[in-house]
This record gives sequence, C-alpha cells and structure tokens, in this order.
Amino acid sequence: MANSFKHGIHPPEKKEISADKSIKRFPFAPYLVIHLAQHIGKPAKAIVKEGQEVQRGQKIAEADGFVSVPMHSPATGVIKKIAPMLDFDGKMSPSIIIEPHPGSDQNVLVGREVEPDSLTPEEIVKAVQEMGMVGLGGAAFPSHVKFSPPKDKPVQTLIINGAECEPYLTSDYRVMLEQAKRILRGIKIVMKALGAKETIIGIEDNKKDAAQVLKDAISVDDSAVKYVKVEVLKTKYPQGAEKMLTKALVNKEIPSGGLPADIGVMVSNIATVSEIGELLPKGQGLIERVVTISGKGVDNPGNYLIPMGTPLEFVLKHAGVNEKARHVIFGGPMMGKSAAYLEMPITKGASGILVMTEEEHAPKKQKVYPCIRCGECVNACPLFLNPSRLGILARNDEFDKMAEDYNLNDCFECGSCTYVCPSNIPLVQYFRVAKKVLREGRQRKQQSIAG
Amino acid sequence: MDSKFLKIDISSSPHVKRPVDVKKIMRNVVFALLPVSAFAVYAFGISALTLIVTTTFFSVVTEYVIDLIEKKESTVGDYSAVITGLLLGLTLPPGFPIWMAALGGIVSIALGKYLFGGLGFNVYNPALVGRGFLQAAFPVSISTWHPSFQADRFTSFFSSNLAFPFAKPTVDSVSGATPLAAFKFEQKSTEVANLIFGQTDGSLGETGGLLILLCGMYLAVRKMLDWRIPAGIFAAVILLSVIFNLINPEKYPSAMFMLFSGGLMIGAVFMATDMVTSPVTSLGTWLYAIMIGILIYVIRVWGGLPEGVMFAILLGNSLAPIFNILTKPRVYGTKKAGAK
Repeated sequence: MANSFKHGIHPPEKKEISADKSIKRFPFAPYLVIHLAQHIGKPAKAIVKEGQEVQRGQKIAEADGFVSVPMHSPATGVIKKIAPMLDFDGKMSPSIIIEPHPGSDQNVLVGREVEPDSLTPEEIVKAVQEMGMVGLGGAAFPSHVKFSPPKDKPVQTLIINGAECEPYLTSDYRVMLEQAKRILRGIKIVMKALGAKETIIGIEDNKKDAAQVLKDAISVDDSAVKYVKVEVLKTKYPQGAEKMLTKALVNKEIPSGGLPADIGVMVSNIATVSEIGELLPKGQGLIERVVTISGKGVDNPGNYLIPMGTPLEFVLKHAGVNEKARHVIFGGPMMGKSAAYLEMPITKGASGILVMTEEEHAPKKQKVYPCIRCGECVNACPLFLNPSRLGILARNDEFDKMAEDYNLNDCFECGSCTYVCPSNIPLVQYFRVAKKVLREGRQRKQQSIAG
Repeated sequence: MDSKFLKIDISSSPHVKRPVDVKKIMRNVVFALLPVSAFAVYAFGISALTLIVTTTFFSVVTEYVIDLIEKKESTVGDYSAVITGLLLGLTLPPGFPIWMAALGGIVSIALGKYLFGGLGFNVYNPALVGRGFLQAAFPVSISTWHPSFQADRFTSFFSSNLAFPFAKPTVDSVSGATPLAAFKFEQKSTEVANLIFGQTDGSLGETGGLLILLCGMYLAVRKMLDWRIPAGIFAAVILLSVIFNLINPEKYPSAMFMLFSGGLMIGAVFMATDMVTSPVTSLGTWLYAIMIGILIYVIRVWGGLPEGVMFAILLGNSLAPIFNILTKPRVYGTKKAGAK
C-alpha cells in the first residue's frame, strides 16, 4: 500500500485538464514587472538605472543580507521604470519594469560555468543565493537559507516533494516527466550542500508514470542509484505539505513550532531542485518558471515556461481567457490566492494560474448553518486539531484560548476543514484572522516594551 | 495597462468546496426515511399514515412558530424538523392517540431542540426527547400494541387513535405484544425471518429491520451517516447475545432476534447517528456506539422494561461530549494528547 498520513481530503483532481500538455515556452509580454519583494525576507536592492539596457539573465537587483535573493532580467530590453507597483496584498511594492526589445534574439547571458562537484557546501549555498533561487512550490522562501540548517541539527534525509497534491496543478508532473536528469543533478547539489545521506522523492499515485520516469533515470545513474529513491504516496490532499511528507516518508513528525531539521530532514520542491540542477552549473539566474494555467475560464490550458514578471493580463490573453472566467487564482484551488488586479505579474512563487468560472469555483454566497458537530472537519484535519471547536472559539473572539489550548499556531491553513464543512462555516478563514490578530498583538507588545 | 477586459471576483482560499451542505444531508436522511415510513403505512394502514403526518406536521409548525417568535430567519427549510417528526412518528405504537402524537411533535422541537438553542446545540436527539416525554406522560397508550396487517387497515383507524384529548384511554380488545415483550414476559420467541421482513407487531417504524438497514446503507455510502455507529452497536449486541445465548439459550435470546426486534435497527441506524448528538472523534464514536449497544442489551435482558433502545441512546447522547474530551487526539508534532 502506498505511504500516506492520516486524515486529509479527496477533492476532485481536475489534473486531466492540463496533465498531457508538455511544457511550452511563453512569448514575451510588452513589459515585465519584477517585484523586488517577491520572496520571504528582505527585498532585493535594484542595481540598474532607468533607461539602462539589460541582457536576458543579467542581474538587475542584488540580495540585501542573508535572507534575501537577487533578481535577474527575464528579457533583453531596457529598464523602463523603477517604481512602486501593486503587489499581491494591494500594497505598492518597489519594482523594476523592463521593456523587452521586440527584435532581440533573447539569448541568455552566458554565466560562469562551474563544476558542482568541485564546490564546497558553503560555495553551493552562495551559488544558490546568487541564482535568486526560492522555493518554487509557492512559499518563495529563499532556498539557500533552507540549505544552511543550524550546525547542531544535521540533515540526514533530503525529501523531494513531487506530490503536487493541489487539484488542477500539473507543472511539477510535467517537470518530472521532462526534466528527470536535471532533477537528479539538482538533488546531488543540494545533498552536498546539506551533507545529507539519502534522498526520498515522494510522488502521489495519480502520477505513477512520472514516478517510473524518475526510477528509470535513477537506475541508469551510478551515483544516484545508491542514495536516491522514489516512494509512491497515496493521492490525498495535503500530501505535499512538509509535515505530511515527513510523516508519510520517514514516519517522523516535525515538532510543533519546530523545523524539519529538528528531525534531520529537509524538504524541497521538485521544480526547485530541477532549476538548481539546470542553472547552477551554468552560473545563471532564475528568469522563468513552469506554470500550470488551468480552469474552465481559459481555452488553452497547459504547462507553460513563463518569463518572470509577465503580467497576468498578458498571461490570460495568451491562454485564451473566455467570457466565463470569474476568478483568477495564483497557486492551487486549496491554498492559492485570489488575484485582485490583472496588472500583477508572474512571480517566483507562482506554480499555477487558475482561471475559474462561477460554476467550478466554490459558491459565492453560501448559507452558513450552525455547526452540527458532524465531525467532518475533525476527521479531515491532517494535524488532528479540532477545527469545529476552534471555529466556535473564533466566533467568540477567544483567540488566546485558541492558541494556548487548541494549538491554533500549528495550523498551516490547508483549508481541508472549510472544504468539507457542510454548514459552510469559513473555518480556515477564521483561523487566519485569529492568527493575524495574535501576531499583531505580540508585535504591539514588543514595540511597547522596546519603546 | 488596460485590464478592464475581465471582471473578476476575489475570495479567500479554499476556492473549491465539497458540494454537500446541511440541507442536502438532511434531505437525504428524509429520503432514506421515506421507504421506512411507507412500509409502516403498508403494515399498519391509515393509522400509521396519520400518526407520521401528525408528528411531522407539528414538528415543522413548532419550529416555524418558534423562529417567528424569536424573530429569526425560518430554519424549516433545512429539513431537520422533518426528520425529527418522521422519527418520532416511527417510534409510536400504531394505535397511539393522534392528539398525543401532536403533543409529542411539539415537545420534541420545543424542549428537545429549541430549549438548547436550536439545530446544532441540542444535547439529546429531539425525537427521543419527544418519545421520552410521551412515555412518561402516557405510559399506557405508548405500550399498547396492535397487530400489523389487519385486513381493514386501509379503511379504518384503531379506535384508540381517535381518543379525545385527556379522556381516559380506552384499551382495545384486540391488543398484541411486541416480540420483545413476548420474549421477556411470556418467554415466547418470534421467528427471526418475520422480524427481518416486518411481519410482527411493534412501533410503526421498527418492524421492517432489513428495509431500515438498506436505507441506512444508502446514507452511509453517500457518507451522510457514520457507519461506525450502527456497526459498533451491532457488534456489542451481537457479542453479548452470542456469549449469553451460549450459556443459556432458554433465558437469553439469539443475536439475530436481538438485532431485528424492537427499535434497535431504527435506533442504531437513524437515531444514534444524529450528528449533533454523537461524538466527533473517530475513537469517541466507537466508544459511544459500543456503550449504546451494551446498554441496550443490559436494559432489555436485565432491566424492568422490554425495550431499552431509547434510554440507551439518550444516555449515549449525554456522554457524547465526555467521549469527545476523553478521545481528543494527539495533535501532530506534540507529545501529549491534545497538548493541554
């Protein structure tokens, strides 16, 4: 039987819409917007000036400190403007706007090639940062920071997340089918940086063909065959969450409030290692990514290699957006964020763009019934929290009690509780608000102590 | 940067939703209860039809009126009052006075449900609260049984059905005994096949064991009923029956007899499974079900009453919150169960 975790849900997979579409290159938009704060950590600092000519792949912003990454130009063109642009949260965020040259051959700037085997772990970490690499699964956390765990917590096992448990998304699936060699190259580099002894690639059993492709690639690779293995997981949401993967693959739980390194594990997304395997040896930066465009609101769903900074509007037009489109979502339908403005660009964390119609999206106005204690949420929560009880506490604004007695802060907002609730209670939405209120309260307290 | 070509809505994740809501679940429970009710009418005629319609009507009207008084949006549309009414009707004996049935419907909703705050807040199954009230208030009427499949059942009522309110109950000359009472007080056992296919006397909804089971399976397959509850009750009753039947078959009835007699089937499938009044954790649900099964056996075999399903479920309901607390699972990544 396939490995798995307990609880979880089975939303319709909807992967058939784009699963058989191989990765296709996207055209360049008339302008590209590079947010300098599209990763977790400090924003990058622009190192170009307005009006300056840049080549595709050229560094245009540098990392500001350790928890920060540089940006590279996704196109050969001219820096049109350096100005604040709307970001995801509706805030104005410093950005570089590039106008690609229509006639350019768009060759990527040749980087300084390196032989990964000759690098020390510290040099790999530095090179990964220089690539501007962040987790491509959606969190956009700088990869090199993850690859530098505390010295007292050595990582034994590298877990590669090929679960892709979000419905609709197929970009990781295509990456596994088409980029097996790059993935293995990336795994070796990351393992060296971490000093890990083994790697386990976890793939849901709705992608057995991808698992087979990787197994075949491993079997003909003399070094990978010794320390990389593929494990097939049960298709169940949220199988791809860090906490679920460690449980399913090494049968260990990440301690509450802790890190995977606490149990000797590091989890990385499969597309992330593929990009590292491709770009690091070439000494190039991250300038494009594979994005699934799916949903009934587009006529040409598929998996596209899209330049960073491509505005949503351009993406939608090229994917054949139709008049039934009502919702545009960055990421998957369970945890993705709704886009409010179509000026927003593709960022490093965008694994999918879903264009959903009214019918396929959750109903807009749902009647909320009282909790009937059916226990669906309790049996869905992968962390064994009690969402029903937490929901009642949230309604009464008892946020402290939620955190102290009911482990609110362990919740990673997978949305399973809201998905199953027959009373249509917006549970995960309540929890998000509660966490935010508590976080802001803590910050205020710290400020008042400091002041 | 013209982006006015598309009008988009924003929403907070998750952006997809399981297409099941309270109303759909309740509606399906009503669907599942309809064949059981139809069989009751087939077996007991217009008496059954009138009783079931009366309890349902008064349950729904009571809910409607209370919402009106409380100036709340009417909750009649969620079908839960219909279920309460149907279930109450199905627990009544065929000759039960109609006015008492109406009172039962009112009490179920007013005391069983709204006293606690309405849907989702009640501790006890409302239909069983109504049934308990009727048993306490009208002990004779509720334990007077009439035989099923009377030739004139579709044309005439049992005379006791038409009793005037607060008149002294008239006991019919033809009165039967339920299989459980027959076993308990007269040591007469009933053919199990008759129990399974509903060829016996009893409350309206308790005589068609197999049909109830099938209707319950429909709901369980649609994941609108927790199969663990009937399974746990059956397992406990079967185990106890088999053990004691082996010790003394004269005194202790067989497992099949226990399962298919009285209100066990309808209680286990449709009443103990009420989501509001049963535990939410998986282990808690098993404990709750097994406890109800044990209580049913104990009351039936060693208690003063021939039937114990109602009291067993009501007791189970009272303990559901405690089962939830006792079986609080260990949160992922923490050491102790429930952290605190």
